Amino acid sequence: MRKVTTLALAASLLSTAAFAEPVKIGFVTTLTTGAAVIGQDMTNAVDLAMEHLGGKAGDTELEVIYADDGFAPETGKQATDKLVKQDDVDFVAGYIWSHVLLASRKSVLDADKILISANAGPSQMAGKLCDKNFFSTSWQNDQTPMAMGDVLNTQGVKSLYLMAPNYAAGKDMTAGVERTFKGEIAGKDLTKWGADAQLDFSAELAKAKASGADGLFVFYPGAAGGAFIKQYQQAGLKDTLPLYSVFTVDAISLPKLQQAGFTDVLGSKVTQQWDPSLDNEANKKFVTDFKAKYGHYPSYYGAQSYDAIMLIASAVEKLGGDLSDKDALRAALKEADFDSVRGKFKFGTNNMPVEDFFLREVVEDEDGVWTTKVVETVYTDHVDTYAADCKMN
Amino acid sequence: MDTSLLVIQTLNGLQLGLLLFLVASGLTLVFGILDFVNLAHGSLYMLGAFFCATLTIWFGSFILALLISLPITALVGYLVERFVARPLYSRDHLDHVLATFGLILVIDTLTHMIWGPEGLAVPLPDWLRGQVTLWGDTVVPTFRLMIIGAGLAAAGGLFWLVNHTRLGMLIRAGASNRTMVSALGIDIEMLFGLVFALGAALAGLAGMLIAPITEANIGMGNGIIITAFVVIIVGGIGSIKGAFIAALLIGLIDTLGRSFLDDIFTLFMSPTAAENSAPAISAMLIYIIMACVLAFRPQGLFPPKVR
Repeated sequence: MRKVTTLALAASLLSTAAFAEPVKIGFVTTLTTGAAVIGQDMTNAVDLAMEHLGGKAGDTELEVIYADDGFAPETGKQATDKLVKQDDVDFVAGYIWSHVLLASRKSVLDADKILISANAGPSQMAGKLCDKNFFSTSWQNDQTPMAMGDVLNTQGVKSLYLMAPNYAAGKDMTAGVERTFKGEIAGKDLTKWGADAQLDFSAELAKAKASGADGLFVFYPGAAGGAFIKQYQQAGLKDTLPLYSVFTVDAISLPKLQQAGFTDVLGSKVTQQWDPSLDNEANKKFVTDFKAKYGHYPSYYGAQSYDAIMLIASAVEKLGGDLSDKDALRAALKEADFDSVRGKFKFGTNNMPVEDFFLREVVEDEDGVWTTKVVETVYTDHVDTYAADCKMN
Repeated sequence: MDTSLLVIQTLNGLQLGLLLFLVASGLTLVFGILDFVNLAHGSLYMLGAFFCATLTIWFGSFILALLISLPITALVGYLVERFVARPLYSRDHLDHVLATFGLILVIDTLTHMIWGPEGLAVPLPDWLRGQVTLWGDTVVPTFRLMIIGAGLAAAGGLFWLVNHTRLGMLIRAGASNRTMVSALGIDIEMLFGLVFALGAALAGLAGMLIAPITEANIGMGNGIIITAFVVIIVGGIGSIKGAFIAALLIGLIDTLGRSFLDDIFTLFMSPTAAENSAPAISAMLIYIIMACVLAFRPQGLFPPKVR
């Protein structure tokens, strides 16, 4: 499945100085299966970024080529190979899933292209497998749950039951919360993941309840998040087993939860590095225009994708569209000289962002739409744990 | 091990088993009687879920939506039989697989175009949202009990239909000897269409029942269809009784495996090793069972009597 952004094409037809080759950005995300709801949020944000840029970085045309990973590492790798070899893109960005990114990384890096993750942050690629050509506009997987672990400590939670999907990010997420959470881990379930993921959590919820834990920590991104929250409410666990989640209650799952009237989710707290309510010019423009164009709130997936395109555009503009000098290109990217929707943006030694993490609460906005707002800042300029293992060559 | 947890997990296994039976019964009838491999059976399960979700949002009543969605799904099943399956009966199984796999892609993409990628949530009435206390602290969600009730009712209805009605007699006869049934002057095409529609309605019902729990999702049928094939292989192809027993068996083994395997593993390995290997082994359990059945009793546990 391939879609070329027509904006760049239209712009190139109108432009008189259309001699230079456009800079091509391959964008790998999930466009099919139930997880396509995340992919749609990302492509929407990329389209919006291209619109804000006018299809250009300085005087250089930008062209985005979307590719579908089918929610499977093997398909994602094939899509990446095609972008690198057939389309000969300059950048490969995107990647929702850690296992897809891990499977695809070599295809991009071996060809000496730039790889930019707009979501997945596997521990391996922040640490031992870090690379001078790999950048991230999201986070390392462990960071968000680590922030949640510290929140749990301050809230006095003594024991915790963990649930996550059984794949690279699920393992990172549970490792993250276990690193900072000082109480006891009462139990842990890793459930089947992928295009035929397990979505009925009856057995796991019964176990969690029987474990007698004070709280339940979950990580269920995308469509699984909404399904999980529903079953959690149907099981009547709100009072006995309070829920603490990361990447589960978000702009992807909230509209459906609101539609189905699951009011229990209001007031629930999650940690994140971004929020639609963050007060800076770039974010206001992004959120307002996104809502105007697509009729709903963007998620962090969209925000990170928007930043990825803006990061690329900033580097291309700085180099005047000449990407032949790879060292100069890497240096320009590393400067991260763009207006991030996070307000500020800088890279650490392993090219992962060094950023703030917030505690967010689910609230109803003035129009009665369910969204999130920032309650407090948990971490300031947080550096991921694996940066120490990264020996950048 | 505490009894309350065991009871709840058994109920959860029963619920999964009954949903599997609803999908597998249609699959086994179509495979057994029509000798047609229908990979797209899972798409009918998905369509049932989407129809029911849409109608629930329109009418505001889950039960009404379910009752209307059943004949709609049956009609879709009939149309699939008439226009996709019927021209392919004389071809071999590989052609069936190719055509119905294509049908999966078509239906998935159509669903994506009509309903969007985000899927649909199904709002439940208040009386189905709560929990029922069986005793002490043994609490189960009301809706899961309803799934068990509806699944048992559908299974009972199907047994009555197959064993005590004229149509059922023809279905059983068709499963045993297709040529003889048509030689006796039965309109075999009509019978095939009905069987297909019946299978579609049953699969659709399973989709409608699971949708309020997992939401209606694109590709939701592709996961269950694989398990349903395991069920009909274990139960014996063409046998409703076999499908019923095998579905409950698979449902219970899968659920109890997910619940207790890591506890069992910790008895003879380190907690970390148990934690890592249990999810992998429990995902494999049902396939191990299928492999054993294929090795020692390839016709399945309860094959239909064929002359």
